[in-house]
Amino acid sequence: MDYLIPIIFYGFAAMILISAAVVVFSKKIIYAAFALLFTFFGVAGFYVLLNADFLAITQIMIYIGGILVLIIFGVMLTTKITGVDIKEGVTSKIQKGFALLAITIIGITLLILYSNVKWVTKEFPEIKSTIIPIGNVLLTDYILAFEVASVLLLIAIVGAALIARRK
Amino acid sequence: MIGLNEYLVVSALLFCLGLYAIITRKNAILVLMGLELVLNSANINFIAFSKFGGLNIHGQVAAIFVIILAAAEAAVALAIILNIYQNFKHVNVDEIDKMRD
Repeated sequence: MDYLIPIIFYGFAAMILISAAVVVFSKKIIYAAFALLFTFFGVAGFYVLLNADFLAITQIMIYIGGILVLIIFGVMLTTKITGVDIKEGVTSKIQKGFALLAITIIGITLLILYSNVKWVTKEFPEIKSTIIPIGNVLLTDYILAFEVASVLLLIAIVGAALIARRK
Repeated sequence: MIGLNEYLVVSALLFCLGLYAIITRKNAILVLMGLELVLNSANINFIAFSKFGGLNIHGQVAAIFVIILAAAEAAVALAIILNIYQNFKHVNVDEIDKMRD
């Protein structure tokens, strides 16, 4: 079965990068929103390959089930879907050129960095599921951050409802 | 065999694409989508280092907190965008230059 892992990896990598390119370069905002679904799904596939089963489920439930639905609602509420061309607007050619230059420099720097650094890696133990260790760590080492996150989510709910309310 | 570097390269490319979207897009929702791409690339890094550092569970917990913050940020950002749309009738970030009527 080991020979299948590179095939699956490159499949998910192609899915992530192609759909992310559609998100970035698409002329229609609704296509970008639906391409984002495939990006999130490919990232969830990466999490499965990286032994993070709980994170993969969380990714699908929160990103695809929550954030993406919110974004699609936002698209539908703020653009005129009935028009043929959804004007999404891009910046001028010169600005685009400078942005492309900056991104290329950042990307090449990152790639050179990644190919030259010798990361310290360890053999990983075979464990069945990460849910039990994550639960133990969340309620012991990260208990303060856990509680702060719950308060933050409550504040975000109240704040979002208050801001989005019609006057 | 797929090692750490392959994951890091995919995450770097995803980061660059997200940053390009943040810089060049004018529609606020597309800027938000670019932001999600950047957060996802950071999460891939966290979990890749978590696995190749001996399946260290702390990396996965950091990724959970990133997801929590992304959810809160998306909700508040979309509320703000809806409010902007009510006031300006568009959501182009470079034409929104008034803070009061």
